[in-house]
Amino acid sequence: MVTAAELLSVAAFEQGRYAQAFPSFGSERTGAPVVAFCRIDERDIRLREPIVEPDVLIVQDPTLLHQVDVFQGLKRDGYVLINSRRSFDDLGVGEVVQRFRHERLLTVPATEIALKHLGRPMPNAVMLGGFAALTGLITLEAVAHAIRDKFAGKVAKANVAAATEAYDSVRRAMQETAHA
Amino acid sequence: MNASIKFYQTGTFTVGNRLLSPEQRSVQASLERSNAINSGHRACQGCGEALGARYAVDAAMRAVNGQLIAANATGCLEVFSTPYPETSWQLPWIHSLFGNAAAVGTGIAAALKVKGRQDVRVIAQGGDGGTTDIGFGCLSGMFERNDDVLYLCYDNEAYMNTGVQRSSATPHAARTNTTMPVGPEPGAPFGQGKKLPLIAMAHEIPYVATATVADLHDLENKVERAMSMHGARYLHVLVPCPLGWGADSADTIKLARLARETGIFPVLEAERGEVTAVSKIRRRIPVEEYLRLQKRFAHLFGKPGHPEMVAAIQAEADRNICRFKLLDKTEAV
Amino acid sequence: MRKQIEGSRAVAEAVALARPEVICAYPISPQTHIVEGLGELVKSGKIAPCEFVNVESEFAAMSVAIGASAAGARAYTATASQGLLFMAEAVYNASGLGLPIVMTLANRAIGAPINIWNDHSDSMSQRDCGWIQLFAAHNQEALDLHIQAFKLAEELSMPVMVCMDGFILTHAVEGIDMPTQDEVDAFLPPYEPRQVLDPAEPVSIGAMVGPEAFMEVRYLAHAKQTVALERIPEIAAEFCDRFGRNTGGLVRSYHCDDAETIVVALGSVIGTLRETVEELRRDGMKIGVLGISSFRPFPLAAVREVLQGAKRVVVLEKSFSVGLGGVVSTDVRLALEGAPVRGYTVVAGLGGRAITRASLASTLRDAVDEKLEPLTFMDLDWRIVNRQLEREAASRRSGPIAENLLRDVGSVASKVS
Repeated sequence: MVTAAELLSVAAFEQGRYAQAFPSFGSERTGAPVVAFCRIDERDIRLREPIVEPDVLIVQDPTLLHQVDVFQGLKRDGYVLINSRRSFDDLGVGEVVQRFRHERLLTVPATEIALKHLGRPMPNAVMLGGFAALTGLITLEAVAHAIRDKFAGKVAKANVAAATEAYDSVRRAMQETAHA
Repeated sequence: MNASIKFYQTGTFTVGNRLLSPEQRSVQASLERSNAINSGHRACQGCGEALGARYAVDAAMRAVNGQLIAANATGCLEVFSTPYPETSWQLPWIHSLFGNAAAVGTGIAAALKVKGRQDVRVIAQGGDGGTTDIGFGCLSGMFERNDDVLYLCYDNEAYMNTGVQRSSATPHAARTNTTMPVGPEPGAPFGQGKKLPLIAMAHEIPYVATATVADLHDLENKVERAMSMHGARYLHVLVPCPLGWGADSADTIKLARLARETGIFPVLEAERGEVTAVSKIRRRIPVEEYLRLQKRFAHLFGKPGHPEMVAAIQAEADRNICRFKLLDKTEAV
Repeated sequence: MRKQIEGSRAVAEAVALARPEVICAYPISPQTHIVEGLGELVKSGKIAPCEFVNVESEFAAMSVAIGASAAGARAYTATASQGLLFMAEAVYNASGLGLPIVMTLANRAIGAPINIWNDHSDSMSQRDCGWIQLFAAHNQEALDLHIQAFKLAEELSMPVMVCMDGFILTHAVEGIDMPTQDEVDAFLPPYEPRQVLDPAEPVSIGAMVGPEAFMEVRYLAHAKQTVALERIPEIAAEFCDRFGRNTGGLVRSYHCDDAETIVVALGSVIGTLRETVEELRRDGMKIGVLGISSFRPFPLAAVREVLQGAKRVVVLEKSFSVGLGGVVSTDVRLALEGAPVRGYTVVAGLGGRAITRASLASTLRDAVDEKLEPLTFMDLDWRIVNRQLEREAASRRSGPIAENLLRDVGSVASKVS
């Protein structure tokens, strides 16, 4: 999660933008629910408050959907990307997300894609591939660059492959939504 | 000189320097001694710590050709040696705090290593309070990391600088100002206290030894041995305190000798956690002879007195004798 | 070179560029990433020669630094919160002995109740310890201040604490300009100690000083901090010449020239305040921000110069003196002695409570409308405070406060914001 925000900020940085990534500063135990934030701007970022009205929401662990109001503050024209094979309706949040633009709501089976390429359920980089496809705010190339910046060798390669698959998967899903 | 000859002088138990070959003679007997703690300090008459520190530091100075730096804990040694605006120390010396001498020693050793000054060595020193109580965490850390520091504990068995209060090195039944002899079980309680040399051994550091100011030549030899090694080393020196023990200033050496000869204070050496040598008791003495010379134990012998406590202290001494094999086989326990 | 990196990593690399010789490491959140980074840099040989000592406590961390510094090595450590309190005795000792140790403080609240999040209680607890305390407003400044700190410390033979907001800065990933080794070497000469433990020239450091001279020793420490008031801006200017970045210094004002209301603050909240002030200025409010970069020595004259023309001053503090109110406010009021300026203290962000633009704007509007209390606790949840007060009035055994409040809030670790 924290890694995803960091990678996203690096990807934005690679594209010549200003970016600031930070975690919600919880305890450093693995497995504890965490929130991480990323701001991307064309100018130097001075603001230090947590993001309360996000433009994009990435949910890595869909089991949290019913524990905390993850959609709180999300802008009406915001994007949502959830790590799941299931649809928003199947996840039980179909009604809640009706206030958002339906073509901006997508799920991607990031954990499965990660397992396939990395052999481990590490959806961070995968979700960013999906993010790039969904929002167009960063390119897949920048995501790949950020991954290679953070990881080395085989791990980097596998993450890039996973992110690319997620990118393609989201693109396909978007086309389907557009035609539906 | 034939090393098998046993020197034994009735009355003093000491070996005169004149009987030894020049290289075996005491560091203090040499005109070349460094006088690392110079005269003019403000220690009490008969101070065991001043004597012990003088022999130990001069021996360390000789062992490393004067290339020595000392870190000092707060306590009598620090206070009596640096009365403003004077200092007794003839070597580079730093006093930081009560509980951090070992860590300051670590820092100095680290700096010397970075600067490539492996020729310069480090000692850290403190009293029993600064070592067994407040400085214990830093000391254990220094041991565990095996930092290249010789730590010298001058144990006078209580907080003497602050006016005689109990430390974790205070012996059972002893009177201090925080363990006054009132009530049915007067003095420092039994079943408490810390045997720091044994705890040091449990860290399996290269060298641990105990010594007393009764055998200063033995103390010098142990310092020399310690300085011939690298890594964390610990030397625990029993230094009687006339003021805190309620003893005659002239009895400092005698008390230190009695502590050893009764078995109350085992004198030993250990390497990597294993005892390698002990100083044998030459003439076994009942603890009462040792205790009676000290007012801190006077309540044990008044009326009605506490013979059961004297017996308990005797039992502790006997246990030391057994445990560390302090008697030659020829002598019955 | 510009890099997108975590604040802690940036600081670790900045410290590495300063060529420290002894680093003492003891972990405490949110400082851990800094010492982890340094451990890696030492292990990989990027900092050499250097001894990285894994100590057993913060007290030992500062004590090892004291020994190393006294033996002539450039010494560094980092801590936070409880760690700073645990080493407090040695913190005072380091400054008392005049040893130029540099320490990062990843600002964090002090318990109980235990809390790992950011505020300034730790820094303020050591306000009078004799160290220079510099506050970073952002990660670039945190990096730059570390390089400046070594120079300042060694010139004056006085320790320097670089304070950066825990998590908010230490864990934030952002773009940073990383200087080169050659640039830093040209700015920061090798450490030449004023006093050193050297067998060739034995000295006694830390001798006992009685009533005859103790006051004089303490006065000299104060005099040195007065010199620091001159050297801090000079060093910042020299840094700016060489590195092209205007960071550090004593104070930093923003839209203060025509301001009727000026907000005074330390650390990372300055960025949020600047955004808030922009927003309020769009509404016609004449408002500015004064950031204090050097908290000790406290720049009374520089603060007065900026503030004296204002009608009101709001000191925004991430700590407070229980039973009194503001800590920084007290100093600011001393700077403003005799000036007709209304003073407000706003305590905010304790224990990691988010300081938002919305709350700041509404608080500052209240100040301008003369509706603000002299001492305000921003975003205080009065419901749970009052409920606890009622409980205490109703029952002698009202139980542990923290537990009661958590029950009232229904708080779980996963709370989003």
